[in-house]
Amino acid sequence: MTFGDHLSERVEQVPPSGIRRFFELAEEVDDVISLGVGEPDFSAPWAARTAAIDSLERGKTSYTSNRGMRELREAISERVTRYGQEYDPEDEIIVTTGASEAVDLAFRAFVDQGDVVAIPQPSYISYTPGALFAGGEPLPVPTHAEDEFKLTPEALEAAGADEADVLVLCYPNNPTGAVMTDDELADVAEFVREHDLIVLSDEIYADLRYEDDHASIATHPGMRERTIVFNGFSKAYAMTGLRLGYAMGPPEAIDAMNKVHQYAMLSAPTTAQYAALEALRSCDDAVEEMVSEYDRRRRFVLARFEEMGMDCFEAKGAFYVFPEVPDGDDEAFAEGLLEEQNVALVPGSVFGSGGEGHLRVSYATSMKELRVAMNRIEAYVTGT
Amino acid sequence: MDKRSLLDLLRRDARESVDDIARQLGADAEAVAAALDELEADGVVRGYQAVVDWDRVADEHVRAQVEVDVELDRETGYEEIATRIARFPEVATLRLVSGDYDFFIEVEGESMHDVSNFVSERIAPIPEVTKTVTHFVMDSYKEEGIELGDGDDDDRLSVSP
Repeated sequence: MTFGDHLSERVEQVPPSGIRRFFELAEEVDDVISLGVGEPDFSAPWAARTAAIDSLERGKTSYTSNRGMRELREAISERVTRYGQEYDPEDEIIVTTGASEAVDLAFRAFVDQGDVVAIPQPSYISYTPGALFAGGEPLPVPTHAEDEFKLTPEALEAAGADEADVLVLCYPNNPTGAVMTDDELADVAEFVREHDLIVLSDEIYADLRYEDDHASIATHPGMRERTIVFNGFSKAYAMTGLRLGYAMGPPEAIDAMNKVHQYAMLSAPTTAQYAALEALRSCDDAVEEMVSEYDRRRRFVLARFEEMGMDCFEAKGAFYVFPEVPDGDDEAFAEGLLEEQNVALVPGSVFGSGGEGHLRVSYATSMKELRVAMNRIEAYVTGT
Repeated sequence: MDKRSLLDLLRRDARESVDDIARQLGADAEAVAAALDELEADGVVRGYQAVVDWDRVADEHVRAQVEVDVELDRETGYEEIATRIARFPEVATLRLVSGDYDFFIEVEGESMHDVSNFVSERIAPIPEVTKTVTHFVMDSYKEEGIELGDGDDDDRLSVSP
């Protein structure tokens, strides 16, 4: 007997991750400078880390309530008012093991066999497999460089998303760094209402915006009742390894997600919940400092690409820029760059249609390394 | 040219080239050079120094923090006393502080003998000085916002989603 004969179709239909292949290639190269990392290069703010340590010292190692500690849900409820969002800590917020778990819960709670899940591309690599695991049918919605990778009603129409049941949004975006303004979201919201979709809005990069404030589709008229918002502590607070996120939505939606969560996860890690609570209470300054550091690096990287003649739209969020490959072959470029110059980055095609011909360049690395990496990219591009 | 952003950046790394500073601030190089000149001319930026972990330097290097009490009279104020103390090249830092004593001095020298001699022969005899307390630095863990440990390795996966 081999387990190979027993794999579920749901799992088998999902191809291996393209990012994994690049990770393996990069691991074989010595002294690699990586611009391929999808997490902050900072550690969690010290105050948050000490809160986690304190909680362990006090023996806080039991489960919490399924939905997360009440205090934490209250702090989250208070926090998100800065994005114009209002959710009741009692029954409209659930704390999860990373925003990733929350996204998975939503797929399982709201996607029926054969439901169509519209996913703007290029996109973070988990949405399509997540929809497939839940029995849904992913519908790629290509977005384009000339729109700065923003989602438009035209793009939704062209992809046939009017027939979809669910729309996934992720702005600020991984991998492109694209953001959407309130007005642009209003157009998407109109499409969504007209065609009666629900929206899963992954706003994990909400605090990493460099030109204007975060805008959420959930705050648009008629949208709150049909939107689940995801957020978390991984990106803004550099807490990826603590695995803590949350979802917010109408009570009946959060109830359904909690049903899955209570059986699959019970509760999010308690130690991380204490860290998160402290992060919300006292780490605004630390976040502000990280954000200004990212912003300096973002400008630096954009300026360097411009100088070397590589087209790159001005990404205004997350910690990625998404330049075009001169001859269009992103995989060959990424492999050649790794081989000749020891710089790792991720080819855009890994993130789905619309990503091909581009590169995801993460600036979550020190200025010192960025400077060297950009010089090496320049050397590779000019063939010197 | 936002001078505050420029200062923040210099405080992180004063060795950045004017071009790299310009790229990070989204300004042009001439504007950055001009702003730097202005900051220096106005005395806002007084110098650029390396942050040294002296434990890793073979040469002997001794530092002490000295608390100094003074008694003022009608002719002499803090300013006059400070000017006299500040002239000594051994004095690296001199501040007037609130609390139990008046002046905080950081003294540097090549040996403990050098430093204690300096305090007893140059500072203590100043007529207005009534008391000194010298604290030799035994170890330093953080200087100018920079931790002096071995640092943390970047243990993130080299490529991740």
